Amino acid sequence: MKNNDNENLETQENPILRISAKILFTPIILFGLYVQFHGDFGPGGGFQAGVIIASAFILYSLIFGLRKGHELLPPKFNFFLLVMGAFIYGFVGLTTVLMGEPYLSYNVLGSTKQSGQHIGILLVEFGVGLTVSNVMIALFNAFAGFNFKKIKK
Amino acid sequence: MDIILKNLPILVVITPLMMSLVVALSSNYITSWIISCLTTFVTFCFSLGLFFELQNVNLISYHLGNWIPPFGIEYVIDKVSIIPILIISSISFIATIFSIKFMMNEISLNLIPKTYCLWLLAIAGLMGLVTTADVFNLFVFLEISSLSSVALVAMGNKMDKKALTAAYNYLIIGAIGATFYVIGVGLLYSITGTLNMSDLADKLPMLGINKVVIAGFGFMIAGIMIKAAIFPLHIWLPSAYAFAPSSVSVLLAATATKASIYIIARISYTIFGGTFELYAIDDLRFFIILLSILAMFAGTIMAIYEKDIKRLLAHSSVAQIGYILLGISLATSSGVASGFIHLVNHALIKGGLFMSVVAMGYYLQKRVTIYSLSGIGKKMPITFFSFIICGLSLAGLPLTAGFISKLYLVKAAYDSEGVWLCFLILLSSALSLIYLWKMIEALWFNPDDNKDKKVKEIPEIYIPLVLIAFLNIYFGIDATIVTESSFSAAESLLKGINQ
Repeated sequence: MKNNDNENLETQENPILRISAKILFTPIILFGLYVQFHGDFGPGGGFQAGVIIASAFILYSLIFGLRKGHELLPPKFNFFLLVMGAFIYGFVGLTTVLMGEPYLSYNVLGSTKQSGQHIGILLVEFGVGLTVSNVMIALFNAFAGFNFKKIKK
Repeated sequence: MDIILKNLPILVVITPLMMSLVVALSSNYITSWIISCLTTFVTFCFSLGLFFELQNVNLISYHLGNWIPPFGIEYVIDKVSIIPILIISSISFIATIFSIKFMMNEISLNLIPKTYCLWLLAIAGLMGLVTTADVFNLFVFLEISSLSSVALVAMGNKMDKKALTAAYNYLIIGAIGATFYVIGVGLLYSITGTLNMSDLADKLPMLGINKVVIAGFGFMIAGIMIKAAIFPLHIWLPSAYAFAPSSVSVLLAATATKASIYIIARISYTIFGGTFELYAIDDLRFFIILLSILAMFAGTIMAIYEKDIKRLLAHSSVAQIGYILLGISLATSSGVASGFIHLVNHALIKGGLFMSVVAMGYYLQKRVTIYSLSGIGKKMPITFFSFIICGLSLAGLPLTAGFISKLYLVKAAYDSEGVWLCFLILLSSALSLIYLWKMIEALWFNPDDNKDKKVKEIPEIYIPLVLIAFLNIYFGIDATIVTESSFSAAESLLKGINQ
């Protein structure tokens, strides 16, 4: 046995799957970022982008095994990022409070109202994207890891 | 300082919400407990600040993101919402101080920081529920609070695997409730185009008699009734409270359903108050009165036949929710006020009862039935004494808080419905003495079954326990604050109808 994971070895050794996963990994993330940063102009935003970015990591774990997936994004760091995303969201709100305006009033963040709204929504969406993608990965890890532990026993 | 005062309505929500993230990252369980204590304390201070600010003004309106209300989300603190805000923040502070001893006992240590994260999230959700004036934002907070409480209930699986089933039931039934609510919100939005409560209240009467409004109202009320565990929809509550970790039972029993009952009052009076005349809402009112009476009796009778002590208290909660709903559904100023008085007092009573009961079960390390606790009262006199005070308060003995709420409730029932309703209220209170006596008999008079076990007082929990017992007596002797704020809450709620 190559991996202690005892996962589906056939898929892991299949060269077509391995190479296409490697090729696809970056474009998926790039597309995720595109959706992320166009959320304020067109369809998209943090939620969709988060799921797309997470799908790259999930694909990696599916093809190369959960262990490799954990090496790529350690669960502790995953949890940390998950929390940080929500933090970013909250802190954008608190920053505007400290600047003397109500919670989440982006107007004060930039020199003009428009740029303030732009900066505000970008930051908030970034936080949302970070949290959503890491929640997706954590969910995948939780379900995939559940099986793994049982087989080990 | 000025910034804090200006932003109090959002700070009561955002403080526990943000701090839950900090707690999630902390690695040590003691640190996470200390942070949670501080957070709930600060939240309580903010709520007190709101209370004092409200002495001068009628209403504090807070516009999120500086968007003008019908378009943006508005938070409103008025004489009505300040009552649940104060209850939730104070009880959650007391429960947090109380919790650590039991968390350490019942949850594996490395999970405690995450449990406190959920704990603070649940509190943030409940605080958000009662501050927001936007019906969709309310749905979001409903989900935050119920999902985190589901996870908290499931944390009881180290003690008993049945906690997982209880949590799953709670999740599914709660999700149905939330879905019904959001369907109702969608129906109302489709015909009025607004989500703001006061804007809805203005626009709904203009529509005349409209079936969509009726359907929306039905869906919203039915959804929230599930969350509030009104009698036929209470099925999730007993097992969720019984299998949750001890400290979680305390928090949920004292706060969670209260927020939902407040929302029922909000929906039926603030949002639909103006349409009361249009629809023959008297029939509905009678139906809800009937449900509350059924809840009073069914809850009490189920409690009488129950052996598991936490389930017993949960069944009695169902009955007490019946009293609160009865008061609110009378739709008179004194009736609604009595509902709110009992809302406050029941939080104190049930919080105290759950605290003392789980404290008595602490050394047994297993699920406690009444009989496994035989004679334990003599070994834990202070805990037992607090239990007695809260229990008598539950039954409505004079000089306890429960008496005040029963007094106002009976008076309001007599004024609006007549003697028959008073008789039913008194009868069900008398029945509640049966299960109370059953517990007291087992805990004090029965011979000690646990001689071999080391059972003694837990000094760490004296402060919260004695404090809550003291409050039960204090609000029984001098209830001016509670009654006055309840009456002004009732007046400002009923303003919608009398327009």
